[in-house]
Amino acid sequence: MDNHLFTLINIAAMTVVMWLTPLQFIPFFIWLERKGSAIIQDRIGPNRAEILGFRLFGMIHNFADVIKLLMKENITPSHANKFYYLLAPFWSMTVSLLPLLVIPLAAPINLGEHTLHFQAANYGVGILYVLSITSMGVFGVILAGWASNNKFSLLGGLRSSAQMISYELSMGLAIVGLLMVYQGVKVDGIVETQGRLLSFAGHNLPLPNWGIFLQPLGFFIFLVASFAETNRNPFDLAEGESELVAGYHIEYSSVKFALFFMAEYSNMVVASFLISTLFLGGYQVPFFSTEALVQNPQVSLLLLCLLGIIGGGLFGYLVYQKGDQQKGLYTGMKRREPFILATLGFGIALLAIAVLILSFIVSFPPWAPAFLAAAVQMLCLLTKVLFFCWLFVWVRWTMPRFRYDQLMNLGWKLMLPLALLNLLVTGVVLLIQKQ
Amino acid sequence: MLEAVVFYILAAALLGFGLLVITRTNPIASALSMVGAFGALAALYALLQATLIAIIQILVYAGGIMVLVIFVIMLLNLHEEDLKPMKARAGTVLLSLLAVFGLVLGPVFLAVFPKGNWKWAALTNDFGSIFTVGEKVFSDYLFPFEMLSLLLLAAIVGALVLSKRKL
Repeated sequence: MDNHLFTLINIAAMTVVMWLTPLQFIPFFIWLERKGSAIIQDRIGPNRAEILGFRLFGMIHNFADVIKLLMKENITPSHANKFYYLLAPFWSMTVSLLPLLVIPLAAPINLGEHTLHFQAANYGVGILYVLSITSMGVFGVILAGWASNNKFSLLGGLRSSAQMISYELSMGLAIVGLLMVYQGVKVDGIVETQGRLLSFAGHNLPLPNWGIFLQPLGFFIFLVASFAETNRNPFDLAEGESELVAGYHIEYSSVKFALFFMAEYSNMVVASFLISTLFLGGYQVPFFSTEALVQNPQVSLLLLCLLGIIGGGLFGYLVYQKGDQQKGLYTGMKRREPFILATLGFGIALLAIAVLILSFIVSFPPWAPAFLAAAVQMLCLLTKVLFFCWLFVWVRWTMPRFRYDQLMNLGWKLMLPLALLNLLVTGVVLLIQKQ
Repeated sequence: MLEAVVFYILAAALLGFGLLVITRTNPIASALSMVGAFGALAALYALLQATLIAIIQILVYAGGIMVLVIFVIMLLNLHEEDLKPMKARAGTVLLSLLAVFGLVLGPVFLAVFPKGNWKWAALTNDFGSIFTVGEKVFSDYLFPFEMLSLLLLAAIVGALVLSKRKL
């Protein structure tokens, strides 16, 4: 195949994948939020919606949500500025889906004459692209607040956009420190550098070369700023239910509200991807560099199979135990569901064991090592992203909300000076190291 | 060929948004058209391989300055009579167009396109990249750069002094 055509198809496919990824994360994230809040507050959480008796731990509630939101009356207030009122939710959703394009999912695979990339867009400006796209997200909030032609939504829009602008500064400065350490702006280069071991004064430390170890303060600032950017608790003043009616999207109903809701969650998914990529090594498996994984396919296979055995086994065991406890509560399919799922989990574990045994007998085909390494790396990135998704939920349901003046003071009087100090210290250390 | 097509589409978008900026009576609509114009301009920069400038155009102008402009417009409390469409006579329009082209764009064109042969130099591979621009800014143009930052600092301090009665 022509090299040009191959690259074109590769980029097109990866663009679709990276566009669908946050969309696929959204229902999972909403489920995680509901179940997580239930666990933290010692409740059971959603468990009623079912399809043929299958409840999938409340996951089916997402379908109920979609049907509810689609069935609601789609109101456009007569006093609203119609064009901009309709533009706002689309703007929010579009902007929230774009930044993922520069995130690499795995190291590129060399296929002889072609190279298969797992990154949709490898711009020369790299991470600055993400910053510029996220800075456009404010317009969705401002537009929604203003075009609704409603005092409360304007107030909500103003305070939430003021918050987003304030924290964008510290966020950008935190990234600058990282760029100084890694000597580059391209995301694939940053992730590649993070695959090495941390070296200090010529010695290799038993830690990966991750941003969180090189820039702990920068990581903290970035994390807090991304909570503020996504309008999440403890900074969810955009829709502080006890003070404002519902923030900037008070006049939005039905699908238009759903778009704002999805944009919020997809922003969080993007933030999780960004934090994992910039500060936690992205797709890099700690202590296993890409070359090591490609050269030792047994290791990658072992990692994959261990994940299957432990994950599948644990899942199956827990579900079986729960189903056994609740045997008397339900009848029919509802009673059988946990056992079916447990069988599935045990089946995956068994399959992993079988593959592991088979790998000792059959030798690897020549293309397998690279693809196995890519699979391991994707799963590693997924694990990191899921952890940060959980962190978002965890913080929301355990922290009280900041007051508005506290939020602004924190942003301007603490985070910004801290970010500048971080830059100064980073620069001095880099200069000393050079000499 | 493809580059020319993209260029004309972007240029048309830029001109269209520019016209919208001055023909809308609603200030928010004008400001948002300006965001669109900045977007088209950034795409034009990107087409010319100046990727850093393109990103800065979006990051600073569309994402930063225009947000502030919209903030100010929203908080200005404009009344209906302020938003009446302005009438422009054909003569005024013609005169201002002549002035813009004759006094501003004309000299620029004359300076950029001198008589005689025009040398087209091939772009280096790292043209317009963040490294090249950064190197130039912090070596050859360090003094103007620092002067600019001083100017901005003075503007910030001035704004603070003006807005705060009691310091």
